[in-house]
Amino acid sequence: MGQVSAGPAPELAAVRIDDLKKSFDGKEFVLNGLNLTIPKGKLTCVIGFSGTGKSVLLKHILGLIRPTSGYIEVLGQDLWKMNLDQLIKMRTRLGVLFQYAALFDDMTGMENVIFPLKEHRRDLKPYEWEEIAGRKLVAAGLDSKHHHKLPAEMSGGMRKRVGLARALALDPEILLYDEPTTGLDPILTEVVDDLILETHRNHAGSTSIVVSHDLFAAFRISDYIVMLDKGGVLLAGTQDVFHKSENELVKKFLSKGFKQG
Amino acid sequence: MQLVQAWKNNRGRINDAIDGFFFNILFGIYEFFTSCGKGCIFFYQSCLLIFRRPFRWEELVRHMEFIGNRSVIIIIMTSIFTGLALSYQIYLGFKLVNAVNLVGPTVGMGITRELGPVLTGLLVAARAGGAMAARLGTMRVSEQIDAMEVMGVDPKQFLVAPRILAAVLTVPLLCAIFDFVAMLGAHLLCINVLGLDQAIFWDKIQLWLNPGDIYQGLIKAGAFGVTFAAVCTNRGFNASGGAKGVGEATNQGVVNSMVLIIIINFFMTNFIRFFYVLNGWAK
Repeated sequence: MGQVSAGPAPELAAVRIDDLKKSFDGKEFVLNGLNLTIPKGKLTCVIGFSGTGKSVLLKHILGLIRPTSGYIEVLGQDLWKMNLDQLIKMRTRLGVLFQYAALFDDMTGMENVIFPLKEHRRDLKPYEWEEIAGRKLVAAGLDSKHHHKLPAEMSGGMRKRVGLARALALDPEILLYDEPTTGLDPILTEVVDDLILETHRNHAGSTSIVVSHDLFAAFRISDYIVMLDKGGVLLAGTQDVFHKSENELVKKFLSKGFKQG
Repeated sequence: MQLVQAWKNNRGRINDAIDGFFFNILFGIYEFFTSCGKGCIFFYQSCLLIFRRPFRWEELVRHMEFIGNRSVIIIIMTSIFTGLALSYQIYLGFKLVNAVNLVGPTVGMGITRELGPVLTGLLVAARAGGAMAARLGTMRVSEQIDAMEVMGVDPKQFLVAPRILAAVLTVPLLCAIFDFVAMLGAHLLCINVLGLDQAIFWDKIQLWLNPGDIYQGLIKAGAFGVTFAAVCTNRGFNASGGAKGVGEATNQGVVNSMVLIIIINFFMTNFIRFFYVLNGWAK
């Protein structure tokens, strides 16, 4: 398919993907020759209609799914040439906020944030883990009186905040958000968007990748936007590039997205 | 003639139906062997991860407490009534041939060699195995396992390996409790209710029951622990399709492990007997 070769020079890339193809059944391709470069230090939004392969792309970046063919480079390293130890090390440089936060439901908010620290910062003492976790939770906007609640006792917004604090626990170089505002009301959606923006600004040099179908939010918070269609990149660039685009599908998406927004 | 004509008219559909029938059988066989193979690979990988650093002592103790400690009550309840019922039935049978002195050793052999390990395995598979499959299945469908993986933690090492090791270590202990309590039940019934002689009862048990019989049961119990833990964790770990998928994984995990325990029991009984005979330990 006609693909846009998207993004900055390779040395300025946080993620570089070449000719990525993925098929789950061997017949239909969810991702079909996708080429993409996500710039370092920027807040990038990956948008597109439902079923265009946004979440599948995210799982490829995280190394959760093996591609049918193609090349994925994250922070300058080929994901599928790594052994298990290298992959584990690489993953400590990534933080993820899942769609429904994916908190461990038998652990409190605090324990959820301590979990990655306990695994990868064994040099620290337990009180130091707690100190860091407490700081991250407060930075994510969760009041200290909620730190020791179980996920089942928290609201959707509180869970997202704990999820974000957990993603930030190891000070990752790339922070990924999988549909962070899905299922939230408009006010909470804006709060979460602001939180993403604030988190990105407070972590100078870190790269944020937001997978979303919320065009309004994408234009409000992102420096760089990638639009997917039919398993490939339809358009990538700054907001100006999108506004100036003559592509019919982009125009349609923009008009519909903004009407909804 | 009409039948031939009808066959000619519907030949395509009949052929499709026959093809479909054979295809379904072949597909079923293929699915069975594929899932067995995947299960074996899953089990092998998980076993290797037991020995990989960091060792999950905290998780191991937690699961041992869950599988072992919390099963003690149901094991005691089941074993005491099993001991009572079995000894009564054997007493009634042996009374017909005037051999009530042999009730003790017969009950002892039955409990330690067969009923102890098998019932312990089945009970713990139903209680702890079902819980394992449901827990891992829920974690899978709510992306908790994915979250763990992207945090740089191997979910098989953290979630599966300690559960398998905990089952291997605790099910034999539960089996030992089962054996002890069941024999206590048999003693209570035979001595206090049926009026058998206590000295003869225990003397015959000492005479006929070998430590090998008890070890045999404990070894089997360990194998049943591995079986249900591996099957149930595999089902839960690979669950998909929301709450329905979790329910199916739990159901399949428990049913498959129960059937496997019964099948494995038969083969292990023969294998251990063969091994004992080979070493001259069998009476």
